[in-house]
Amino acid sequence: MISLYFRHALRDIGKNRFVNAVSIITIALSVIITCSFILFFINTSDILTLWKKGVGIMAYLYQDVPAEKIPEIQKKIGGLYSVEDVRFISKEEAFDVLKQQMKRQSSLLENLKENPLPNAFEIRMIASSQTWEKVENLASQIKSIPQIEEVEYGQRWLARFSYIINLFKLSGYVLGILFSVASVFIVANTVRLVLYSRRDEIEIMRLVGASDRFIKVPFYIEGIILGALGGIIGLIVLFITFVSITSNIDQSITSGAFQIRFFSYTVMLIILISSMFVGWLGCFLSLKHIIKTV
Amino acid sequence: MNENSENSLIRMFHVYRRYGSKAALFDISLDIFKNEFIFITGPSGAGKSTLLKLLYLGEPASEGQILVDGINLSRISRNRIPLLRRKIGIIFQNFKLINSKTVFENIALVLEAAGKPRHFIQKKVATVLRAVGMEDRQNSFPLSLSGGEQQRVAIARAVAGDPIIILADEPTGSLDAESASQVTGLLKEFHIRGSTVIVATHDKEFIRKLNGRTVYLKQGRIHPPPALL
Repeated sequence: MISLYFRHALRDIGKNRFVNAVSIITIALSVIITCSFILFFINTSDILTLWKKGVGIMAYLYQDVPAEKIPEIQKKIGGLYSVEDVRFISKEEAFDVLKQQMKRQSSLLENLKENPLPNAFEIRMIASSQTWEKVENLASQIKSIPQIEEVEYGQRWLARFSYIINLFKLSGYVLGILFSVASVFIVANTVRLVLYSRRDEIEIMRLVGASDRFIKVPFYIEGIILGALGGIIGLIVLFITFVSITSNIDQSITSGAFQIRFFSYTVMLIILISSMFVGWLGCFLSLKHIIKTV
Repeated sequence: MNENSENSLIRMFHVYRRYGSKAALFDISLDIFKNEFIFITGPSGAGKSTLLKLLYLGEPASEGQILVDGINLSRISRNRIPLLRRKIGIIFQNFKLINSKTVFENIALVLEAAGKPRHFIQKKVATVLRAVGMEDRQNSFPLSLSGGEQQRVAIARAVAGDPIIILADEPTGSLDAESASQVTGLLKEFHIRGSTVIVATHDKEFIRKLNGRTVYLKQGRIHPPPALL
């Protein structure tokens, strides 16, 4: 019986090409829009995670702080609440790093009479304490140490960014849900168009003794096939767009520290199953209404 | 209960059909027997089609009881209606074929719905198409056929599931004389083969040709047939 239902479904898709194409495109567009948001979130959360794992605070010492005072200061900072680790970066070490980073332009540094860089501490915080308020609080405590000239928590913009991202995330969830609901309704209405054009057929089927299941199941299969096609097309379009955009992004911006990534196979499977569900749900809602009235 | 009631295939007891305050059928009591050929006749609007619709549950009766092959239609559950309809082959004036399906597919639908296997369907469709003389048109679509041919396909569909009852609602109503005569001949043939045939018609020629019982309806009530019939 299932193979019969499948044959009916496939034949009916072929016979109603235009309306079915509209359904497929609708589902594909919903997938593209919703998944673009998801992709954006996945990648931006990667940046945030990276920041959380990375350097928390840099503290620069006055040039005239004697070397023997350094371990004492380091101990003082290390004893502060929520500090996980303090690493001393000497001005020489910093200079070498700078030289390496400047590569060809490093000759500019050779003309300097003395090393202008200060000694510094790199302070990493306990992961659970990395809320913006705690970072700020710790920074001001470090600043109050007299030998410290300046405290930099350079990723300050990231903190703001994370706030914006969270805002985006919230609106993204709302939009994602709205788009999914909208696509269910659009698919339901598109399917309803198909069903209205086939009302007579449904009525005749009932008159010749077809059960509700005999009428409904091919439509459900049709909905699931349309959903799957819409999902696949949506993902392909999204992937092509993603590849063409990311190939234009200079990977050095991301410092090679993380890779802008597409969905994993599992997520793609979930998206595909969701779009099949949307196709089915569209059919289910319309059929429920039409079967009652025929 | 008279002695014939045991042979009754269809029994109607004081059946009414109302549309709001307007009644289309009043107090219809009727027994139709196995292998009977019966005409439901009367002027337009007399309730002929309504009476047929009540038998296949195209519409429910507003009052009264109807038994079809032992099934009480006022108590039948929704999921058993298809089983009732598989006992009945219905022929409509406007054929009611599915235009997007071929002749073969239209007829096969009845058997598919009844869950028959594929090889059986192939054979059965070929047999019924041969019976109505349409075997060479099985791949045609209904709209490419003449009215008479479409009605023959509809008859083939009605008998494909070996129904015990054939209901025909004005089967010759939209056909020319020659096609009407073919349709009449086919219905007669299926009756001879053992089906109970119920035809709603006001085609006097049709009634004269076939020797069946006539039930005359007027304004929704059963009346004695006028003399000219």
